[in-house]
Amino acid sequence: GAAALGALPARAGVNGLTSWEHVTSYNNFLELGNGKSAPARNGAHLTTDPWTVKIDGLVERPGDYDLAAILKKVTIEERIYRFRCVETWAMVVPWNGFELADLLQIAGVAPSAKYVAFETLYRPKEMPGQRSRLLDWPYREGMRLDEALHPLTLIATGLYGKDLPPQNGAPLRLVVPWKYGFKSIKSVARITLTDTRPVTTWTDLAPDEYGFYANVNPRVDHPRWSQATERPLGGGLFDRRRKTRMFNGYADEVAGLYRGMDLERDF
Amino acid sequence: MNRSGAIAMGLRRVPVWMVYCLGMVPAFWGLWLGLTGGLGAEPVRALEQHLGETALQFLIAVLAITPLRRAGVNLVRFRRALGVLSFVYVCLHLGVWLLDLRSWPLIWADLVKRPYITVGMAAGLLLVPLALTSNDRAVRRLGPARWRRLHRLTYPAVSLGGVHYLMLVKGWPAAPILYMAVIITLLSFRIRLLRVRFPA
Repeated sequence: GAAALGALPARAGVNGLTSWEHVTSYNNFLELGNGKSAPARNGAHLTTDPWTVKIDGLVERPGDYDLAAILKKVTIEERIYRFRCVETWAMVVPWNGFELADLLQIAGVAPSAKYVAFETLYRPKEMPGQRSRLLDWPYREGMRLDEALHPLTLIATGLYGKDLPPQNGAPLRLVVPWKYGFKSIKSVARITLTDTRPVTTWTDLAPDEYGFYANVNPRVDHPRWSQATERPLGGGLFDRRRKTRMFNGYADEVAGLYRGMDLERDF
Repeated sequence: MNRSGAIAMGLRRVPVWMVYCLGMVPAFWGLWLGLTGGLGAEPVRALEQHLGETALQFLIAVLAITPLRRAGVNLVRFRRALGVLSFVYVCLHLGVWLLDLRSWPLIWADLVKRPYITVGMAAGLLLVPLALTSNDRAVRRLGPARWRRLHRLTYPAVSLGGVHYLMLVKGWPAAPILYMAVIITLLSFRIRLLRVRFPA
């Protein structure tokens, strides 16, 4: 946590944090509806307790893990992270959670595992967006094992010291602060360790727009907009855009993961 | 007097300046909301979209005048005001975009690299000669026939505006599709009218 806090410059909002109101009312969560405000409106019916996470694939102890049992084995800490959406808005969020590495250790990663795949809950009765064929549900994400084991990679269970609201991915979500927000998959129901690169929802749907790595990179444009600048949420009508930084400002911590790679090709 | 006659009488009493005043209400309303936190977490983006959408609504209103006249509702008196208002909103929409980026290299890069911005800019530029000739003197100087031919630029301008909206959204949300459908419907009346007027 110390590294993350140290890397945080003064940004928009009180003490640099984006307000609770904006963090919880401006969300992309297509399972709970289209548009930024729909997820907060439609989230009330989501059952988040009890909750199990299926952990399978190349692990030593595959099974359905009860969230309450997981929470007894990990330490919840506060992590203040920058969050950069691929749509160019940005926020600073005080998450509460634990490292993904701790959860993977509970299940035991097999030596042959190279990638981690994630799936969001599929429950159309409680998630109205899943009743349309907008995406090939459930939403899928994934990353390399070394990225997943990085100490900055967080499983968040709360923000501002409160339980995660449904629109932010209750009861547990991934947070990968150096990647665009869509990598930080919400309401995680399944984690699968694999030795081949998993198929992810957006890369499958629009490979020219959303790469597998999705590292924040001001030099690689989205086809429809530049990624050179970003807009902190809640900044007001006359607020200036800020320059976007490589790896969302976490280059010191994570650049080593990508040494020797062409990040304009593997974007 | 029947009902449509009463409506026509009422409309005759509405002065044109009132259309200009009412037409500016969405702009001031958006600005007021933006200054008081009513436009949410990204007020610049919200205001930009609001102004662009309003511009498209006025352009559609302009396109609706002729078909409505065929249907017996004569609003031709207000057409110039609606056209000028649509141009004002296009300028405001563009102004917010320029103020948002505040960097010539970024603006230029967007213009040449993003097809939806190129298309939107083309739509806006097509409206410039129309705005410049939206006064009586220009109509006199050009003569009604040439003036009318010039102002058919409205058709490609509105079409490009609708395409610009369709191109910038993710997936297929209802609003831009609906706008495009209305635009195509209103333009299809023109094709029929032209055929009737100039039979082969």
